[in-house]
Parts: sequence; C-alpha cells; structure tokens
Amino acid sequence: MAYLVSHPDEVKVISSRFGKGAADIDRYLELDGYKAVQMALQMGSEAVINEVKASNLRGRGGAGFPTGMKWSFVPKESAKPKYVLCNGDESEPGTCKDRLIFEHDPHAVIEGAMIAAIAVNAHKAYIYIRGEYRYLLEIMQKSIADVYARGFAGKNIFGSGYDLDVYWHGGAGAYEVGEESALMESLEGKRGVPRIRPPFPAVVGLWGGPTVINNAETLASVPHIIMMGGQKYADIGTPKNGGTRLFCLSGHLEKPGVYELPMGYNLKKMIYEVGGGISNGRKLKAVVPGGSSTPVLTADEIDIAMDFDSVAKAGSMLGSGGVVVIDDATCIVKFALRTMQFYRHESCGWCIPCREGTDWLNKTLTRFHAGGGLAKDIDNIRYLAENMLGRTFCPLGDAAAMPTIGFVKKFREEFEAHLEGKPCPFEKHGAISQLPVMSH
Amino acid sequence: MNFSDQLEARFADMLGHYPTKRSVLVPFLLYTQDELGYLTDEAIEEIAQRLDLTALEVRNVISYYSMLRTRPAGKYNVQVCTNICCLLRGGEEILEHARKKLGVAVNKGISEDGVFSVEEVECIGACSWAPAMQVNYDFHENLTEAKVDEILESYRKKAQQ
Repeated sequence: MAYLVSHPDEVKVISSRFGKGAADIDRYLELDGYKAVQMALQMGSEAVINEVKASNLRGRGGAGFPTGMKWSFVPKESAKPKYVLCNGDESEPGTCKDRLIFEHDPHAVIEGAMIAAIAVNAHKAYIYIRGEYRYLLEIMQKSIADVYARGFAGKNIFGSGYDLDVYWHGGAGAYEVGEESALMESLEGKRGVPRIRPPFPAVVGLWGGPTVINNAETLASVPHIIMMGGQKYADIGTPKNGGTRLFCLSGHLEKPGVYELPMGYNLKKMIYEVGGGISNGRKLKAVVPGGSSTPVLTADEIDIAMDFDSVAKAGSMLGSGGVVVIDDATCIVKFALRTMQFYRHESCGWCIPCREGTDWLNKTLTRFHAGGGLAKDIDNIRYLAENMLGRTFCPLGDAAAMPTIGFVKKFREEFEAHLEGKPCPFEKHGAISQLPVMSH
Repeated sequence: MNFSDQLEARFADMLGHYPTKRSVLVPFLLYTQDELGYLTDEAIEEIAQRLDLTALEVRNVISYYSMLRTRPAGKYNVQVCTNICCLLRGGEEILEHARKKLGVAVNKGISEDGVFSVEEVECIGACSWAPAMQVNYDFHENLTEAKVDEILESYRKKAQQ
C-alpha cells in the first residue's frame, strides 16, 4: 500500500478522494462520483471537448499535449469502431502517482475514460494497467464489475441511449509499452514495439480504429474539470498549464511522497518546503525534474515554475511529474550509468540508434565509472547520445539520450574526476550489476 | 493440457473483451504463469492453439516482457528495485543483503529449499517510498536491512505452512 502525505500548499483536486475509501462505488457516489459523466451525456461531444480545451489540461504522461485538442483530432465519422485507451503502464523511473489514483480513486479513471469516450463518440474504453500493479488491476476489475452491476456501463448508460463498454487490460513488464503506439501493440497481443507515425492514433489506432489514448492522471482529472468548469480548473495553474498535478518527490528528501500542487509551483519550494529539504543535513547537488528521461538541473537552476513551458525554458522537461532529488554525496557518473542501464534494458530493439546507442553508452559509462575511462570518452558519450536524438520511431531513444547529454554537459568535472584509473571520488563504489537484456 | 476452472473462467471472460482473440495473450500469459509457476511448453502450445497462433509467435511475445518466464522461479520471487530513486536510498545494498541472506545468485537460480529466487528489477513505481521490492506481487517499501530480514522470514514461515 502506498502511503499518503500532506502539505498545506497542496490543492487537492485529483487527490480529493484519496484516503476516503472511494474505491468503494457507494462511497464514490457519495463523493459526487458519476455526476460528471451524466453531465457530459447531456452536454454532448462538442461541449465536452470545449470544456476540456478551456481547462488547459495537458497530458500527464509526460509529453504535455493539450488533451482537448487531442480529442478534437478524432474524426467524427469512422467506418471502424473508435476507442478510448487509458495508459496506466506507469513505469518512468521517479513516477508513482498513477498508483495512488488506481488505489484510492479508481472510479475517477473509469469516469474520465467514459467522458473521453462520449467526447469522441467511442463506445469502448480500455484501461491498461502495468503487470507489476496486480493489486491495482484487481481493484480496477472490481470497480468495473461494480459499474456494470449499477448499469453505469454497457447498454443505454444512465438512460441516455448511449452504449459504452469499459474493460481492463494488464501488462507483463515493459517500460516501452508506456509509449502510446507500443501500448496498442501490446493490447493487440504482440511485442510492444512502436508504430510509425503518421498516421497518428487519433486516426489509426487500436485495431485500426481512431483511438484516444490518455494517461491515467489525465483521465482522472477530467470529471473534476466537468464538475468545476474548464475555466475554474485552468485558473488553478499558470497560462496554458491548467490545474494541478501529482508530483512524486523522491530521492534525498526528508519528506518524500506524492503531493498535489498547482501547475507552476516553484521547484525550490517544492524541494525545501514541501519535501522538507535534503535528508541527513546534506546539500543539494542536482534534480531530475520530471522522471528519468528529463535532463538534470543543477542546484542553482531550481528557482523555476513547475509547468511544461517554464521547465522547457530552463532546458529540461516537466515530464511525468517525478522529481528526483540528488544530494552532494552522490556520484553523477554512477547515476548516469544506472539511468542508461535502465534504458538499455528497456530498449525494445526495434530502432538501431536506440538499441545500439543505449548499449554503447551503457558499456562506456560502465567502463568509465570503473576507472577505465579515457578523456575522449567524455565527448564521445555526448556525441553518441546526440546522434540518437530524433532518429527513432518512439521517444525512448530521446529519453535515453537527453539525460545523458545533460549529465555530461552540467557535470563534466565529475566525469573528469574519474579519469586515469582514479577511483570514484564518492564513498559508495563497486561494479554495477547488470540486468539481463530480453533473455528469458 | 487442462487449465484450472479458475483459469478457464478467466480465459472465457477475457475473450469477450476484444474484437480479436490474440488480444488476450499478454495478460493471459501472466495469469497462466501465476498458476503454473512459469510458462511451460505445454501451456505455450495450449495457448497458441486457442488463439490461432503458432507456439513460436507466443514465444516471441513472451521473450519481450520482463515478467514472463519459461523457467521456474522460487515460490517467492524477491524483486529488488535498484533504479535511480531506489539507488539513491540504498537499493543496491538491499539487493546485496537479500542475495546474501538467501544464498541465491541474482537473476538466476532458486534457493535450495525452492522457496526463494532473487531478481534485480527496474522501476516498480515505488519511487517516493524507496528503497522498495516486490515479493511476487506484494509491495514492500521504505526498506531497511532489518525490515528485509523480517519480511523474508515471514515468507519462509508461510512456505512451511
């Protein structure tokens, strides 16, 4: 069970039902559940899309694409069935927010998926949950069964004449499947390799039908937007960055945890006030602001607003909301190596720049951290990473390259400190273990 | 081969979810593995036949997903995360401790009594509660070496019952 935390600066929208037993459908109904979907049925497709557009809600999976706009790309008429797909394959290192939503407020995800379906006139919605989250899949299975038992899903929902089915689906361990087109492949019973785009999923998605795919947190935000109105939701955040987001504070903090804060909340405050500051009285060295794929920020780059545009301006990304805090006793080379070890393990192997690039970088960083590095390796690491950028079907190649470039660029002196066989200058040292790659 | 009634019911229910049979594959493989301990040759043949696939097509899918295995694991598979957030809070030390305690090599082998295997895994979504591990599907978080000892002991006892 994931633990709940609290801070006075929190604005509880998505987390408003956390800790209140809302996984129970009766409790969810008491807490205004399934009202928004009935409103959406009355409003109709266009009005729902406009409300979500007005909310400035942007994709919480990491890319930050405006949700209302995404929905508006789905063609009105389609010979093939349309689908709504909830991406609950949360696996970006540093990210553990969807877990709380699925545990404490699973009906909000279902209701959000239903509203998305009404918005694009789809009649089937799938909720995909990563394989490791079995207990959450079980909560979701029960929630869906409860929804059918009440007649909220299936034929003629809420007496509206609208048919809408909701299904669960489970993964079996693959970071890559969090990528939208790979997730569709996985749901179709295949290896999770990405698809070429265009065509985009909004036009050709699941089983060839137009598909809206949204992150679980995005969908869980939707019922609140319908209830409070898009404008009111937008007003919580900063321009073009509506509402709140669940920030997952982790690493060397006194009070790590998942906190719901308004978009644009100051990162420095997030670390020192909400997160209680650096643990063990140490000093801050660096922050990975939005999950493992986002470029690192140094200790003097953190006085920024945490919204998509401000973090982009600072040279990184808001990403998935995973704020990883690193203290001054940590070896950045080791951290970069562990990051790359992950991407090497998770690269699906479909695109050569990613498959070979992550392997080369992993080998080089392993040798480098072990003291076998050469001066030219430092530029080579950066050169290799830069040559992966934009050259793959999906963003996994970029996700591996971007943080690596950041580590070399901002912590070059730490790489240099490892040269000429010198032992790692930080206390913890040892050969990093190697995970097997796709060998079972 | 015959599946248990429970697995048969699961299969029948899932078939109704999708327009194509094949879509059942990934979650159903995991449910099958949960029951058998691993994906046996017979199970792979059976699933392939039911979904109009070849066994090779099923194996291709199995080889992609980290959680699916074609060899047995311990009754309790101890999966320790060492990804970045766990790394910062001692994940590697936890893995090393579990390995020593159980006397099993990481990512291979089962303890002599068949109870435990140890895996080093990638992010399990417990970043704010690091370091963390999963024993089968159960999450254990904010770990210390002492806490790991207690947890492993409780599973050892469970295995003896």
